[in-house]
Amino acid sequence: MGFRGRIRALAVERAGTGLPGPELERRLIELGFVEGADVELLHQGLFGSDPIAVRVAHATIALRRREAMAILVTDEVPA
Amino acid sequence: MSAAAPTIAPVIAPIVALVGNPNCGKTALFNALTGSRQKVANYPGVTVEKKIGRLTTPAGRALLIVDLPGTYSLRARSPDEEITRDAVLGRLGGDVSPDLIVCVADASNLRLALRLALELKRVGRPVMLSLNMMDIARKRGIEIDAARLSRDLGLPVVSSVAVRRGGTDDLLREIDGALANLPPVGAASWSVPDAGELRGAQHEADRLLAASVRRDGERDAGTARADSVLLHPVAGLVILLAILFVMFQAVFAWARPAMEAIAEGFSWLGTLVGSAPLPDLLKSFLKDGLIAGVGSVIVFLPQIVILFFFILVLEDLGYMARAAFLMDRIMGGAGLHGRAFIPLLSSFACAIPGIMSTRVIDDRRDRLTTILVAPLMTCSARIPVYTLIIGAFIPDRDVWGFVGLQGLVMFSLYAAGIAGALGVSFVLKRLIWRHAAGEPFMLELPDYKIPQVKSLAIGLWTRATIFLKRAGTTILSMMILIWVLASFPQPPEGATEPAISYSLAAMIGSAIQPITEPLGFNWQINVALIPGMAAREVAVGALGTIYAIDGGEGAAEKIGQIVAGQWSLGTALALLAWYVFAPQCASTLAVIRRETGSWKWMWVTFFYMLALAYVAALATYQIARALGAG
Repeated sequence: MGFRGRIRALAVERAGTGLPGPELERRLIELGFVEGADVELLHQGLFGSDPIAVRVAHATIALRRREAMAILVTDEVPA
Repeated sequence: MSAAAPTIAPVIAPIVALVGNPNCGKTALFNALTGSRQKVANYPGVTVEKKIGRLTTPAGRALLIVDLPGTYSLRARSPDEEITRDAVLGRLGGDVSPDLIVCVADASNLRLALRLALELKRVGRPVMLSLNMMDIARKRGIEIDAARLSRDLGLPVVSSVAVRRGGTDDLLREIDGALANLPPVGAASWSVPDAGELRGAQHEADRLLAASVRRDGERDAGTARADSVLLHPVAGLVILLAILFVMFQAVFAWARPAMEAIAEGFSWLGTLVGSAPLPDLLKSFLKDGLIAGVGSVIVFLPQIVILFFFILVLEDLGYMARAAFLMDRIMGGAGLHGRAFIPLLSSFACAIPGIMSTRVIDDRRDRLTTILVAPLMTCSARIPVYTLIIGAFIPDRDVWGFVGLQGLVMFSLYAAGIAGALGVSFVLKRLIWRHAAGEPFMLELPDYKIPQVKSLAIGLWTRATIFLKRAGTTILSMMILIWVLASFPQPPEGATEPAISYSLAAMIGSAIQPITEPLGFNWQINVALIPGMAAREVAVGALGTIYAIDGGEGAAEKIGQIVAGQWSLGTALALLAWYVFAPQCASTLAVIRRETGSWKWMWVTFFYMLALAYVAALATYQIARALGAG
């Protein structure tokens, strides 16, 4: 919780999702997850800490951990 | 040229389409622009609502405004988004493409909207960007250089405040100007973008944003504070349950006076007709078919209005997405979407509003699953039947010293319904739709906003009229059919049995006797089940008619005494099991037909429920008989 970082890459093969990789990648981009965007973990669910709510740039997006696995983040704290 | 010119051949009104991200305030803007001059229809063949409004601009130009479903991209992923794509590209059969596209954006959340605007530029239609909710953005210290943004983006940019009087003046002026000199239709260069193109567009949007928008604060402080409690893993769930408790308390308690008034009104109307000097058959048609039939449906209107009041408030507030977030994991185990939670819970009151409220679920398969299992939730119309049979057959004593046996049976009937719903959705998701791509749970949690009274009023009005129209058409015709079955042929002169014993319903009841024999049902039960199709609780009254009991005070009690003497315990338990699963409600089936836009899903629901009910009743009766209760 409270983890901050910057998106380094999208690696859809890491996600354990039913969606084909390219489709998941497009959906993540459409919700604003692109390389260079700043992210912060805001909330997580009660069971298995899933799903999670992530601040990406100026919006808050809820998603499950298995899809979020595709978002690779550097843990440098953005200035 | 001449004064008569405006009266000849009215030009077809230009069409302006509103396109934008979900939660951008597009519908509020649509309501502000059109007020009550709007109508909601369904796009042919799909369940997506088509919202069209009429308005006249300050320059006196009449135009049509279409509110298209919210989307992040023209790359459609759901039926709603397909409508938006096809409407924008002019691919919808029978519909012309819009003359002007207004890309509506939440001014305080521009990032994703700008990427959509860049995509819209490629469809070959004039586009303008409307920065909506400018007042909120300003209050939050967000400064937008609209002139700079317009220059960089290559589109007219205009700000609007949907909720304030005069807040749409600038937008209307700009629309007027754009429509005054429409360019010839350009060639669409839009094609389905791949990940690389989307990524490029988002980077471009980020550059535009950096150049013309300055933000002071990071997050909306109020939303951050509220979410620290409302999305807290434990407190959030507790609050959600508390909200739901209040909601269902309201649906049951607040609706009661209005429902009683409606029921009394219709019964007064029935008595009035009953005493009128009319032929008996006509009287029976008006009283038992028409008035009782329509009355038994309209009586649910207060519950529907109250339920939708809560749903619309929670949706406008921005809480609905949070409820889905909190419930996602719990619902996900059974293959249901987090958003299915509210519709399924609503179905405990009545499956009709429950099914109507599945519109909050975007994905078609998730929505269908929810619609299919919603009638398995124990609705309030089952309660009179349950009460009658439990009161007649289950001894009023405690088990384990403190739990009432009757209450325990009632609880297990509810539990059986829930288990059935979870089981069916599990089977649908894991076995039948296994090969379809699993719909991931991904949605934006918008900033909280105060709901607007006008939008609420329009939303409630729309729901109520949709329901009443249906009560007046599909449901009414089903009610009349059921009346015909229960009334014809007429009893012969000097008949001793109750009239229904001579009817088609009785013939059907006897005809299906061999089929229901293994369930322990006698012909009287079979007959009662037919008018019970009109509304589940009508079966109680029908049993009264068949066993020739006069209505009035204590009638239900007398029915209880008679059935207790005539049925075995096995029969009674089998009937309870039947009622948990059986598709005993014509109105629900009619609503499924309308909401799914197809007869197919109505029949799927009917037959799967029938099969479940048959198996459950069969198992119950045969086990009871084996144990000596047959």
